[in-house]
Order: sequence, then C-alpha cells, then structure tokens
Amino acid sequence: MTDAAIALTPPRRRARDRGARLRLWGYGLLGIVVLGLIWELYKALGPADGLVIADARILPRTSDLAMPHLWDMASRLAEPVTRADGARPLWLEIVLAASLTLGIAAAGWVVGVVVGIALALVMQRWRLAESAMLPWIVLSQTVPLIAFAPLVRSWGSRIEIGAFEWQDWMSVAVIASYLAFFPVAVGALRGLQAPDAIHLELLRTYSVGWWATLRSVRLPAAVPYLLPALRLAAANAVVGAIVAEVSTGLQGGIGRLIIQYAGQASGDPAKAWAPIAGAVALGLIAAGSVAILGLIFRNYRRAEATP
Amino acid sequence: MTPTSTPTAVSARGVDKTFSTKQGEVVALSGIDLDVAPGEFISLIGPSGCGKSTLLRIIADLDSPSSGTVEVFGTSAHQARLDQRYGIAFQQAGLLPWRTVTGNIALPLELHGVGPAERAARVDELVALVGLGDFAQKFPDQLSGGMQQRVAIARALAEKPALLLMDEPFGALDEMTREYMQTELLRIAAETGAAVVFVTHSIPEAVYLSDRVVVMSPRPGRIADIVPMRLGRAADRADDLREDGAFFEMITAVREALHGAPVTGPRGVETR
Repeated sequence: MTDAAIALTPPRRRARDRGARLRLWGYGLLGIVVLGLIWELYKALGPADGLVIADARILPRTSDLAMPHLWDMASRLAEPVTRADGARPLWLEIVLAASLTLGIAAAGWVVGVVVGIALALVMQRWRLAESAMLPWIVLSQTVPLIAFAPLVRSWGSRIEIGAFEWQDWMSVAVIASYLAFFPVAVGALRGLQAPDAIHLELLRTYSVGWWATLRSVRLPAAVPYLLPALRLAAANAVVGAIVAEVSTGLQGGIGRLIIQYAGQASGDPAKAWAPIAGAVALGLIAAGSVAILGLIFRNYRRAEATP
Repeated sequence: MTPTSTPTAVSARGVDKTFSTKQGEVVALSGIDLDVAPGEFISLIGPSGCGKSTLLRIIADLDSPSSGTVEVFGTSAHQARLDQRYGIAFQQAGLLPWRTVTGNIALPLELHGVGPAERAARVDELVALVGLGDFAQKFPDQLSGGMQQRVAIARALAEKPALLLMDEPFGALDEMTREYMQTELLRIAAETGAAVVFVTHSIPEAVYLSDRVVVMSPRPGRIADIVPMRLGRAADRADDLREDGAFFEMITAVREALHGAPVTGPRGVETR
C-alpha cells in the first residue's frame, strides 16, 4: 500500500459513515410518517366500533374519543391547559413536566451507571462474585416496579440525617436507577471480559497489576460494550422514572400528567395524548444524549485491522 | 544480579513441559538444554507441535516448566519478567486499537512510570528506528500488517531490553514484506545489540537471520540439532545473501537436520 492510499482511507470511510447515518435518520423519519399514515388510514376506513372477536376487542374504536386526529392532537398542544384565566399553553405544561422527569431520570441514570459499573468490576475481579451475583442481578429485573415503588418511598421517608432530608423525587430516582443499573452491569461485565488474550498476555509480560491492566486494557476495551448499555440504561431510567412517578404519586412530572389527563379524556380526548408524546420525546432525548458520549469515545471503538 | 560479568542471555537446563489434557498427559518439551549468548540471534525451528512456541513462552515466564530451570541473564525467568529484562513480539502485532502508533510504543514506558519528557524522546527514537516517522499519529487500523508489526517490534524494544523474544512475528505477512522486515530486524538487532530468540517455521527465514538455528522435533518436543550458520556476522547480511551459494548450503544443512537424514532432490528450491 502506498502512503497516499493509507492517508486516503480514513476520510473515505468517514464519508461513507456520514452517508449511512443520514440514511438511518431518513428511515427513522419515514417510520414515523408511516405510523401516522396507518393511524389516520385506520381511523378513516376502520369500523366505528373496532374489531371485536369473541367479546375481545382486537382493534380499537375509530371514534374521535378513542382515536383523535393527529392534527387535533397537534393543535391541542397550542391551546391552554384549562379554560381558567392565565392557564399555560399545554405544550409548555408538557415541557415543564418532562424536564422535571428528565432531571430525575438523569439522577437515576447516574446512580445506575455507577452501581452497574461497580458491580461489573467486582464480578470481573472475582470469579466467585460473578457466579454468586449474576443470577440475582438478572432476577432483580423480574420484580414488578409497582410492587416495591411504595416500599422505597416509605423507607425513604424515614431517612433523615442531620440537615439532609429524603425528598420524594429521590425515591423516584432510586427506582429509575433500579432499571438503569441492569444493562450497565451486564454490558460492562461483558466489556471488561472482552480484551484479546494477546493484550492481557502482553500486560502480563510487563508484570503490572490488576489496576493498571484495568486502566490500560480492560476499560478501553469495554467502551464498545458500554455505549449501547448506557443508551439502554437511559431509556430504562426514563421508563422507570415515569412508572415510579405514577406509583409513588409524585406531583409535577410527566407520569402524573399521563394519569391526570387520561382521566379527562372523555371531555378532551386530544389532551390525553400530549403527555404520552412528551414521554416518547423524553426517551429519545435521553437515549440521544448518550450518543454524545459515543462521539467523545469514538477512538475506543476502532477495531484493529487484520494484516 | 549474578556475580559473573557477562551471564548468558538465556540458559535452559533439562526443561520438560507436560500439559494435562482430556486425552491424558501430553509431553510438549523434553530435556531441553540451550544457551543463548548476549547479542546472539537464535532461531527455533521445527514442525507444528514441536514445542518451539512453548519454549519461548517458558523463557518469557508466560508458562512454567514442569521440571528443569530457565535462567535469563543469571536470574530466574520469573524474576527476569518482573525486572523487564526482555521485550516480546507475537505473531499478531497485538496493538491496542484505541492508541496511536506513539501511544502503543509508549505503553510499557507509561506502565512503568517513565516521565512524559523522557517517554516522548524515547518514542521518537523508536519511531525513527522502525521507520514510521510519517505514521506516528496514525491508529493501528490505518496501518498495513507490516507497519503494525514494526510498531510491535518498536514497543518490544521500548525499554532497551538485552533480550528480544519473537514468536513467528512475520508469519502473517506476505513474502515481500516478510523479506523486507527480516533485513530491518537484522539492522535493528545489530543497532541495539540485543540477543534474539526467534520462533519460525520458515527455513530461509531462520537461516537468513540467525547465528545458530535450533532444530526441534515433535512428540516429544526436543532439540534435534543446533546448526551454526557460517554466513558471516548477522549484522552484515543483506538481501543479496539470499542468492548466495553459502545461503543454500545452510538451508540444506537445516533441512537435513529437520528431516534427520540427507535430503534428496534439488537444492534450495524450498522457499518456506
């Protein structure tokens, strides 16, 4: 290979990456448009009472009450929340509630990531710890959130250390972290165990210890496994925060709004969909923010070319 | 440290190595006696399964012998590893993909606490030594196989070891790159004055590089013969040696030692 050819390879590949990424975005947008089309098409053509087979409704009713038009949902966002004077527009209410939930989810994500990586380190360091802990970590995710959300809340309310007093939002963050730590623990463990044998052997010839091996080989090699795990954890933290808001009855978050507006759906069907759209946007924002980490760590995602 | 002023680079005495597998005990090495002088270039050659890589790994203290002793510069192989008395290169370059050429070469220096200024100076020297000046900031996936292997050799030389252990480092390279790398290695070995233990399964490669070729035979792995290369100092060798009559004579000598009897047929035809 000539020097010029080598110098040219990476930019060409970068350009190809950029093209592929644009196309991916295009497909993503197309998917959303198709989903909207299906919604409106079914609403226009589907039976008014939905499809009922043996007393079970397989497809929903197509009335404006059950399935408002997409444009009704959109225009409802611009209108005030209630008819009261000085009421905020609905979109602002959603944005405010969503930012509160996002903050709580972010706190839960950080706690989950720290706990998950710590667990992975312990499991990597001691084989015994892996066999002892991994089944419990998997099992932990089968416990229904709504079962222990009130428990967390009541335990939390008893915590009072000096000036520190447990806040209700902290219970929500803890529950969010409970969902977030799992993919991190599993992904980080796989990543820490991922280095090539040749790299570990090389470090052995340097006669350095576990910490130096961790820092120079295991952690960098874990990055490609960690990034998707962190993204999954972000989405999980959002779901966990919303569910926990509902089950602990925390005011002001998007989870609360979903319940509250669903109760008003008979009078204002389009309004109920607004916080749902907000929750979806929240998940996308959370997962998307992690993509920034991917950019920062992009050098750790290089694969060694085979000669 | 030893009382003698110039201890042998490697001294193996009665080394046996037995692996226990599901099929029972497998004797990988049996009764290995070998001395490598400081600055000497030794090749270990033999068919697959003759234990040449195992012997190298024992010298590197990546495996331990079942019986017998290995001393490196007068200390145990284990102590020699702790003291960083050798540099090593494997068949795969084994570069860290997230580090640049300079980052990879600097790795052992970093791990052993060499200061940034000294480190940078040493890395610059090494990059120049292996002729990769223009590629210092490239990542491994931007390099050809031969370049990656040169980085691996530079990394092995980073701490100026007096012993270089190489396990088929050119095995994955094409023939042209391979011959180029062999000449480069001779130059580098001469410049650094390091002893080299070089595992290969290529007869011309062993002959071209070595002061002595250690011929090994399998089941159990043992040293069948040690053939001294009467080709002049390794440092003075150049590509025209490959077409020299003496070169072919040495190839024949190694082949006969490998096969255990005079080999019939045309001489010097074998290239690998």
